[in-house]
Amino acid sequence: MQPLPQTDTPATAATDENPTLGIDQSLGNFTYDVKYDYDAGSGLGEHTVRYISDVKKEAPWLLDFRLHALKTFLSKPLPTHWATKDLENINFDKIRYYLAQGQKPKRTWDEVPADIKKTFERLGIPEQERKFLAGVEAQFDSEAAYSNIKEIVARQGVIFMNSTEALREHPALFKKWFGKVIPTGDNKFSALNSAVFSGGSFIYVPPGVKVAQPLQAYFRINAENFGQFERTLIICDEGSEVTYMEGCTAPKFSTSTLHSAVVELVACKGAKIQYITVQNWAPNVYNLVTKRGLALEDAEIKWIDCNIGSRLTMKYPGVVLKGRKARGEVISIALANDGQHQDTGAKMIHAADETTSTIVSKSISVGQGRATYRGQVHIPKHLKGCKNNTECDALLINTNSRTDTYPAITVRGDKHATQHEASVSKVSEDMIFYMRQRGLTEAQAMSLAVNGFINDLASQFPMEYSVELKRLIELEMEGSVG
Amino acid sequence: MPASADPLTANAAATFDFAAHLASRDSLPKWWLDTRHAAWTQFLAHPMPARTDERWRFSDTAALSLDGYTLALPPAALPPAATATSATAASAIATPATAAALPRFARAAEISFVNNRLARHAPLPAHLAAQGVIYCPLEEAIQKHPRLIQTYLQKHNVALGSEKFTALNTALATSGALLYVPKNITIAAPLLLEHIAAGDTAALYPHTLAILEDNARATLVEHFTSAEPASRHFASGVNDLHAGPAAHLAYIGAQTWSSATLAFQTNSIVAQRDARILSLNLHLGGRHARHESHSRLQGPGAHSEMLALTVASAAQQFDQRTLQTHQAPGASSNLLYKNALLDTAKTIFSGLIIVEPDAQKTDAYQSNRNLMLSDEAEAHSLPGLEIQANDVRCTHGATTARIPAEQEFYLRSRGINPENARELLVAGFFEEVLDKLENEELHAILGALIQTKFKK
Repeated sequence: MQPLPQTDTPATAATDENPTLGIDQSLGNFTYDVKYDYDAGSGLGEHTVRYISDVKKEAPWLLDFRLHALKTFLSKPLPTHWATKDLENINFDKIRYYLAQGQKPKRTWDEVPADIKKTFERLGIPEQERKFLAGVEAQFDSEAAYSNIKEIVARQGVIFMNSTEALREHPALFKKWFGKVIPTGDNKFSALNSAVFSGGSFIYVPPGVKVAQPLQAYFRINAENFGQFERTLIICDEGSEVTYMEGCTAPKFSTSTLHSAVVELVACKGAKIQYITVQNWAPNVYNLVTKRGLALEDAEIKWIDCNIGSRLTMKYPGVVLKGRKARGEVISIALANDGQHQDTGAKMIHAADETTSTIVSKSISVGQGRATYRGQVHIPKHLKGCKNNTECDALLINTNSRTDTYPAITVRGDKHATQHEASVSKVSEDMIFYMRQRGLTEAQAMSLAVNGFINDLASQFPMEYSVELKRLIELEMEGSVG
Repeated sequence: MPASADPLTANAAATFDFAAHLASRDSLPKWWLDTRHAAWTQFLAHPMPARTDERWRFSDTAALSLDGYTLALPPAALPPAATATSATAASAIATPATAAALPRFARAAEISFVNNRLARHAPLPAHLAAQGVIYCPLEEAIQKHPRLIQTYLQKHNVALGSEKFTALNTALATSGALLYVPKNITIAAPLLLEHIAAGDTAALYPHTLAILEDNARATLVEHFTSAEPASRHFASGVNDLHAGPAAHLAYIGAQTWSSATLAFQTNSIVAQRDARILSLNLHLGGRHARHESHSRLQGPGAHSEMLALTVASAAQQFDQRTLQTHQAPGASSNLLYKNALLDTAKTIFSGLIIVEPDAQKTDAYQSNRNLMLSDEAEAHSLPGLEIQANDVRCTHGATTARIPAEQEFYLRSRGINPENARELLVAGFFEEVLDKLENEELHAILGALIQTKFKK
């Protein structure tokens, strides 16, 4: 282990050039000089993949899997025929694909290296763990620095560890579902993740176990020109339930940072998974994430997805409704400020009778921010009784704000019902006038109106998150009027 | 027109002697022949559509081969082309396929083409002609009214994916018409334009241009049909509709192509300040029919009402792509596309509303409703929005559903058999759209045409 810096002062300080929007971003906007013991260098090639696999002492099948994924990644073009050309600004040769201090996460915060511990303390993670979480995993760049699950939960047979550990300790269980929900070649970025993935969570909940408190993962990027590629796999056995929450931050660098995760969920018969994301990456992060769940008979998968940070987010959480009466739900909130493009949405693939899906998306575009909804609903032949309901509402704050909606709905057969509705509006002048008349400033009024717009969705978040979310949005809205 | 029977196939297109073909039209002005030559070059340069192009998402692009169609097949069964000079003589010539023809309705004038050749021309009443109204075949317009053609023809790209087929239309267009209505003139009765394909492998290139000056009013009915119900036909049609300030234009396009026709139609709609354009397209025929429609709202108070009704049966595929571009503040547009799907039919609706940064106070609506009448039918719906102004009201909706069981039960409990019940319910489903037509005769004719789809 390297000597640790003895001072509390971060190597780069949290200053934001835009004071009106600064407070929330500055929460994560600091970095420590960390000496990494493991570094795969800049750029991507076979040697990078071999290095990662070697450091992790992986089984040969996994190295083959990674090498094959690398080929797939290199052979696939950027999807700019439908996605933004901003993707072309990612310089894959400059990115560092693997940075780690150690290979094994600590079980107590006292063992965590001081600067990394300080990072997570600043972000309030240990405190939240004490308050309301059943388990926490904290990933620092490529590997988890801390991973712990409450004794009482572990005793029920729940497995919660990072994916590197899980591959070593539960290879059979891992291999059974790994890459099955999201195949390597699903898209260019899922292929990239498959080639260089490191970290992420592995959760297994045994039959009938209902984990009462949420499990949480926190993803932290510390290094510049870095790419974080965590891989999460959650398996809920028959009749079990779990809520998983993830948060993330990164310091703001002048160069771009890449975050490209793959998250696979498997909900067996009658199981319920709720997956909550509050994404607050710094505005230089490309956040290109593939998330999909497989819902078997009577199972339920619910994605609650909130995107506030990043430069460009492309994320369309999906559910493959594979068993009869399976249910899928996506609740999406996106806030796009100046220089941000939140390209989010949902995918619902119906593959069994009487499956139902719901998508509710609300986006807010501020300044020159751009919010995009992309959705896909697919109901193939020879099924009956499938239902989808989609609602997307967009709120535009300034005259130069932008929003797009691109749904695609495919229905085969006459035994289904789908419905899609979208609307675009601004905060009404009457509403603002009414509030100003009662003594609120225009900014307060606007912030209140925006919170009202997302209120019904925000209330679906766990209390701690919903309060935080409202505060974040209040701050983001400050100074955005006029 | 000389009977040029050159096969127009994808392979033969490169060797097709286009220069010789143009030479046969040397009575036309050079600028027009140059335009056509340039379009031919573009046609050859454009690749065939590929599904990787977002504008062709879900399309069965493999079904679009141009192989084996014949340019301007001589309509052997037809009497010699009528001259445009004598109305009585011309209208005496019967067109084939009377079964396919629209029923009679009160009309101000009529132009009919069979295989791109003028077959009938019943000109405008003298008082309208005296007021400066023009309604004549395209090639006549090119010779007599070059300024109008050069100012308005294809000045607004539809740009929704069929550029190759549009170029082919420009290169080969000989049929079609110009409608020009000067300021403050109202034409009460509709004008009729008809395109008939006759004989196996016939290829048609209709091109229609309608220009309404300030405060003018007119209704144009265009009918596309085949002389035989099952012949292989190809059509690539282009429409340019322009409404000047406060003008009102109603355009009704009804296609009843043969069941083996491959058809493309692109439609450009430009509405200036306070203008109102209603376009209603009825899609019944064809094996694979693609329709693209692009409205541009260019002045405050402009309105475009975009309507379409489709009955898709057997293995028919209907591919509809639309764009509502709001370029000026304070304009409105309303799109309602309804599809009824039977058998193994497939429909695609892909629409987009673009509100440009300056188009504040836009009010735009877009709706696609699919009625599924078969377990084998397939409906794709892609309703999109791109909004760059904040003070707007834009909504879209898409639904896909079956006939509610209670409604079917209600009718059946009154002794109506399932087929009739279905027909009635589809008629009811479409009524909302047909109700927007002010002309009751046309309302009834379109209703009757829809019914023919259910008589087997």
